[in-house]
Amino acid sequence: MASEPREYLRIERLPHVWCPGCGHGMITHALACAMAELELDPKQTAVIGGIGCSGRTAFLFDMDSMHTTHGRAVVFATGLKLVRPALTIVLALGDGDAIGIGGNHFIHACRRNLDLTAIIYNNAIYGQTGGQVAPTTPPAKKSTTSPYGNLEHPFDIARLAIAAGATYVARTTSFDFADMVKFIKRGIQHKGFSVIEVLTHCPTYYGRLNDLRDPYEMLHTIKEQTVPIEEWDQLSEEERAGKIVIGELHRQVRPEFVESYYRLIAQMQRLQENSVDGH
Amino acid sequence: MREQELVQGNEACARGAIYAGCRFFAGYPITPSSEIMEYLARELPKVGGICLQMEDEIASLSAVIGASWGGAKAMTATSGPGFSLMQENIGYAAITETPCVIVDAQRAGPSTGQPTKASQGDVMQARWGTHGDHPIIVLTASWVREVFEMTVHAFNLSERYRVPVILLLDEVLAHLRENVVLPEPGELDVISRRHPERLENFKPFFDETMVTFGEGGRLMVTGMSHDEFGFPAQGKKAAEQLQRILKKIESRAEELAIYRAHYLDDADAVIVSYGITSRAVEESVRVLRAEGLAVGWLDLKTLWPFPEKLIRSCTEHAQYVLVPELNAGQLVREVERAVGGRVLVEHLGRLDGYLITPEEIAARVYDRVECLKGA
Repeated sequence: MASEPREYLRIERLPHVWCPGCGHGMITHALACAMAELELDPKQTAVIGGIGCSGRTAFLFDMDSMHTTHGRAVVFATGLKLVRPALTIVLALGDGDAIGIGGNHFIHACRRNLDLTAIIYNNAIYGQTGGQVAPTTPPAKKSTTSPYGNLEHPFDIARLAIAAGATYVARTTSFDFADMVKFIKRGIQHKGFSVIEVLTHCPTYYGRLNDLRDPYEMLHTIKEQTVPIEEWDQLSEEERAGKIVIGELHRQVRPEFVESYYRLIAQMQRLQENSVDGH
Repeated sequence: MREQELVQGNEACARGAIYAGCRFFAGYPITPSSEIMEYLARELPKVGGICLQMEDEIASLSAVIGASWGGAKAMTATSGPGFSLMQENIGYAAITETPCVIVDAQRAGPSTGQPTKASQGDVMQARWGTHGDHPIIVLTASWVREVFEMTVHAFNLSERYRVPVILLLDEVLAHLRENVVLPEPGELDVISRRHPERLENFKPFFDETMVTFGEGGRLMVTGMSHDEFGFPAQGKKAAEQLQRILKKIESRAEELAIYRAHYLDDADAVIVSYGITSRAVEESVRVLRAEGLAVGWLDLKTLWPFPEKLIRSCTEHAQYVLVPELNAGQLVREVERAVGGRVLVEHLGRLDGYLITPEEIAARVYDRVECLKGA
């Protein structure tokens, strides 16, 4: 068992490909810390990523890892988890990856409730392709494909996950390092589909196009917009405007799909044996 | 002795899959292939396997690839519209050398087309549907028992060579019920993927041995061009790896060729057919032979890699080659290319969703042979 975060990483793959000031390295660090604190067996742990900046996470973990097609990581993981139930599988997804191109897979994964943990690196923009508008870009914000300001209404990933049936949903920011580690740990420990949305900063594109080019300033701006769930309930509608609730937002006990399927297999095989015996 | 039973083409495919060791299926309902998933949803749990209905065909093949890396023999089945959606991940399976079987029960197309009518219109899509140069094996079948055999064979080749294998059926064969005696356990070879002798220093993308997730192999699997360890590579290394996986299949074109040859020794005219159309050819050859015409027949089961040398040798002494297929002309071009202009090659197609009849084939061959005699 490894118990130091660096023991879970392919140190020889560093430095990573992310831009200076990017929040993705902080989320990746938090994931490595969560793995170490849980003392996960690297041989029985896998990281699966999609396409985009977040997808590069899969290359950094020193364990079985997969870099899938765009938006499909959660379904690759579905097939893998069903045939290897003992594996702990963590998904590293971007906002465009998870709920843009992979939106259909994401909501169905929430509904199916397999024991997977999805970390969503939400930087509200398509970074790897050069700063295009995402389904999470706030209204009026600029991107290379919304040069006059975004006219669309964004998805709230955590609320979408809750509505679709995910059984553990938490949201935090790349500013709140301790919370990232805590929620990722709880997500991994939770038996069911866990979603940890991390609001993070992309100074290179989002920042440059929206007058927030300093990484710290941008990180701080994200933090300033958030309100912990413990305080959220006391706020009026007006006070909530423009704010984002963070914390553990949802926890539910519901049958986990892999267990349900293996129960079905056991039941069918018992029936088969009985019918053979009785014949 | 096993008794005859009435079996549908789709059911034969599903039973062939279980026989071959398939323990994971993911699919999406679509005519005319749905019965494959229905059968496996009922039967796979009884043998410890998993059958999953997904949200679409993209997800179906994604789950199949994930399951294959988990160590399961895995399959999906669809028809044209779903097959189009799967093209993205067919490329992923090809470059990551993931064993998996994709069944496409062809319908008349394009687009939604005629869901309950047969076609052989996906022959080129099966070969070239996903972007970029890539290896692929494509098999087909003409009879219900053959659907069973070819499904087993598709798994064997896929596992043996770490390559996606596509099995092309069509609406008529998928829904056809025939009296058959299906193979007994042990009657057909069942091949599984090979494991390297040691995990130590093994290269996951170097040969046909494969390590799966959860074994401690610290695998890195990516659809990006990669080196033998699975990490992104460009330039010469990327080209070398691509050439290796292409050569793995293309260099074995002749040994992978499954076919039946009939009356080719003295044939003046050769019919090259595959899939459902071969059933009509069988009857037309019988009629033409009875008429005294020296007609030969090459019935292909492997379409890709295309058995070029086989076509050349079978048509060497012929004066006329006919390629009947339910499309506007797809495999005929490969035949033309192989023959290289030495012989007249003609296409006989049909696009109305109905099958080419033995009479149509016989009439065409008869006319041409008479014509060539006169010349």
